[in-house]
Amino acid sequence: MRRVNSKSESLWREEFAVEAAAEQYVSRRQFSKFLVLTSIGMFAGQIWILVKNWFRPTTVYEEKSVAVIGEIGIGEVKLFSYPEPADACIMICTAADHYVAYSQKCTHLSCAVYYEREANRLECPCHEGYFSVSDGSVLQGPPPRSLPTVVLKREGDNLIATGIKV
Amino acid sequence: MTEYGFFIDPSRCIGCQSCVNACAECETHRGYPMIHVDFIDRRNTINTVPTVCMHCDKPTCAEVCPADAIKKNEDGVVQSSLKPRCIGCSNCVLACPFGVPKMMSELEQMMKCDMCYDRTSSGKRPMCATVCPSQALAYVPMEQILRERREKPANLFFFGNEPVRTKVFMMVPPDVDAVSIDVLDYMWEPFP
Repeated sequence: MRRVNSKSESLWREEFAVEAAAEQYVSRRQFSKFLVLTSIGMFAGQIWILVKNWFRPTTVYEEKSVAVIGEIGIGEVKLFSYPEPADACIMICTAADHYVAYSQKCTHLSCAVYYEREANRLECPCHEGYFSVSDGSVLQGPPPRSLPTVVLKREGDNLIATGIKV
Repeated sequence: MTEYGFFIDPSRCIGCQSCVNACAECETHRGYPMIHVDFIDRRNTINTVPTVCMHCDKPTCAEVCPADAIKKNEDGVVQSSLKPRCIGCSNCVLACPFGVPKMMSELEQMMKCDMCYDRTSSGKRPMCATVCPSQALAYVPMEQILRERREKPANLFFFGNEPVRTKVFMMVPPDVDAVSIDVLDYMWEPFP
């Protein structure tokens, strides 16, 4: 459907012609071509993302002692930072000798979550997002993902953070 | 059919606003004239100039339209924006070197002089040219204007180095071939 006399015109100008007579509807063939090529492009893009994901280097976390046993009582919290000083985390003692720790950044808009003892859940006050204390999953509200979990290891009387599970 | 041309002669304009009122009579945009009659230098002279769309060969208004709403048809007449497409961005208003398009904020649409397309396409003269008492706006065959007028029709304008060729002719002194407009010179104003 290309007009012969407009070879010098760029394609976009051809499609958005100034002359009313040069306006053209997109032909079925052109549209099908667009659809097929776009789908192939999308498919290739997905494959590329997948392959890139395979080769993504896994982050290595340093071990860091973050608390000692008995430092906080049942239902109490301790704030610490892990792995970097700027990454705020929250540790909760849920039962005797049972500790959980999560990143304190709400997955919605990065407000700091806090522990709400009465309801036994983590609350983000900004938009009333609630997270489960047991696994950090979203209970309610706008957060799209559960809180990243800080993996804890017990070594003698020390609680050691060994990594972050997203 | 004889080929008619549209000729503007600012030196003949008496500023009577007939063209403006005739234009506003049109059914398609009643009450809103698509023509400007401007004073050139109000403080020093009573000279006026009527501005109708010059209908450029390469209409800048259409070139800059992001919505593809301004079209030039086979007769070389650049039409008002297409209502379903115009987004009222005023790009054309800013881009037109002659200052023709008008943004009709009530309609959220750009409207401009289309040389009375409903009339000229069926062999009638544009409204403004029919009422102009001094024929500063003349819609006549080229032979007639060459025979009757001392001035020469020119349709090549230079805005700086940018040539603009138009469908509408401007009557210029006989020794002038193209109207050269130094945009910066026009923008320059002496310090008060």
